[in-house]
Amino acid sequence: MTQRVLEVESPLLELEEKINELKIVNQTGKIDLSREIEALERKASQLKKSIYENLTPWEKVRLARHPERPTTLEYVNAMFTDFFELHGDRHYADDAAIVGGFARLDGQPVMVIGHQKGKETRENLFRNFGMPNPEGFRKAGRLMKLAASFHVPIVTFIDTPGAYPGIEAEERGQYEAIAQNIALMSSLPVPIIVTVIGEGGSGGALAIGMGDRVLMLEHSVYSVISPEGCASILWRDATRAEEAARALRITAQDLHRRGIIDAIVSEPPGGVHRAPHVVFGKLANIIAESIEELAALPSALLVERRYQKYRAMGEFVCAVENEERVPVAAGVG
Amino acid sequence: MSGFFDRLRSQRPKTTAQPGANASREIPDNLWVKCSRCHTAVFRKVFEEQFKVCDKCGYHHKLTAWERVSLLSDPDAFLEWDAGITPADPLQFGPDYQRKLEEDRQKTRLGDAVLSGRTLLANHPVALGVMDFAFRGGSMGSVVGEKITMLMERALSERLPTIVVTSSGGARMQEGIYSLMQMAKTSAARVRLQEAGLPYLVVLTDPTTAGVAASFAALGDVILAEPDAIIGFSGARVIEQTIRQKLPEGFQTSEFYLKHGFIDSVVPRKDLKSSLARLLGFLTRSGSVASVTE
Repeated sequence: MTQRVLEVESPLLELEEKINELKIVNQTGKIDLSREIEALERKASQLKKSIYENLTPWEKVRLARHPERPTTLEYVNAMFTDFFELHGDRHYADDAAIVGGFARLDGQPVMVIGHQKGKETRENLFRNFGMPNPEGFRKAGRLMKLAASFHVPIVTFIDTPGAYPGIEAEERGQYEAIAQNIALMSSLPVPIIVTVIGEGGSGGALAIGMGDRVLMLEHSVYSVISPEGCASILWRDATRAEEAARALRITAQDLHRRGIIDAIVSEPPGGVHRAPHVVFGKLANIIAESIEELAALPSALLVERRYQKYRAMGEFVCAVENEERVPVAAGVG
Repeated sequence: MSGFFDRLRSQRPKTTAQPGANASREIPDNLWVKCSRCHTAVFRKVFEEQFKVCDKCGYHHKLTAWERVSLLSDPDAFLEWDAGITPADPLQFGPDYQRKLEEDRQKTRLGDAVLSGRTLLANHPVALGVMDFAFRGGSMGSVVGEKITMLMERALSERLPTIVVTSSGGARMQEGIYSLMQMAKTSAARVRLQEAGLPYLVVLTDPTTAGVAASFAALGDVILAEPDAIIGFSGARVIEQTIRQKLPEGFQTSEFYLKHGFIDSVVPRKDLKSSLARLLGFLTRSGSVASVTE
């Protein structure tokens, strides 16, 4: 399979190719190039660092959507054991854009749920590019209720462009399915750990994304609307997506600074797809620790803390507190 | 019921007798008003008596938040809550956004897209929240999220039933992720009403879509909608572009969602107050909700 190359990566890839050529020559033993190779490798590593530490928000969007980026099932298979996939919403269908089921993390049962993208065209069509229909959200809701009934912590993975915009999705109540899940997650008496691994696309992300701990991979993004959508609505020009990506503050770093997410999981230089197992191992530890910590809390306190966490989100000007007044301003024209 | 509209008209504050700047933009300030759907000229007095419902085609024109409050409240009963909460532009989205906020403030006389307070609805004490589409398309940012949450929390502590009338294009893009998180915040507050056994009624009006539809608007114990309101998650244009097909007639209307099972009843504006009063009668008779206010 060919790896799609992002503009930002190409100087690095060129350099790596050169190093490989030199290595081949070196192996012939005719000339000793080891010092040159070493120097180039040092240069490559510096370049990697400088490229990936200074990505623009738009470059992060591109990286978050990188076709080689690991998808939910890769995380599930690497981080958990004994994954038992559960299907269907019990009302209409099974939606392949969301996967879920029981699994074990360090031997302990958890319920894992995540958006599922494909890696190539056929799989992407089957997974609907990770864009759920209502039955996907309802399956997730069903599994979350199941987990709560048996005191099993919930671990979710966010990676979706958004809820699917289709006729049938609307007919089957896309908005209602999302709202029900958000309401449900606000009151489930078990720990919920959320990780944004790629794209956090608006309501379709939040529908499985409300939790006690919300983590984001270093180069993932999370936004109320796609940069393209924002640009086309606000400025009637989808080509200004890069500008919108900057204005919307969608990077893990921005969201962490603003207290929307709890922690950032660093990625290897070049992105998680360059060395996924490093991230899988690190993330598994963070999630296991978080569950242990949260499971120790009485469930009423857990739910109250989650309520207060989201209760505090938002920034506004508050002139007078607890105000109640007669409407003097009523409809003045 | 015959004196209903006369009574309502006389109850409305003097100031609303002159239409707000918003109304006067769609409707020329003279004796006649042109229906924005069928373009029939309607006598202004009749139009206002019918709360902006066209006499000829029945089209429900958008109401301002204050007009909606007059429609639903008993005379002089409304006390506004949290008027001091106003937008902060947390992402520094730019001077253009600031200017638009100021324009909408002037136009609507609201701090943001929601007006909330305590009132009496046919003698039932209620917590009432009303959205105004004329303020940034009714979009939900931090202020709408906070005021809806405050409304519910006050209803909780005072054991009042809550009624929310929605009208919104969705989340406010200019507040980015903060807007998305208001979906979580408001939905969580709504769940607390449920846990406390307090009724929560929703009236969907034109339009109620995206982030607002997919949070507190979808979560009513009973969900009513005004006729022919646009409701849904994704915008029609986005769907058309995605699937590359024409959308069916009547797609994403109140009647469409009634048919598909997501709305309890489509109620014409003239029956809205009496319908809500009847529902409150069913839901508050057990005494679980305070029957009098101080």
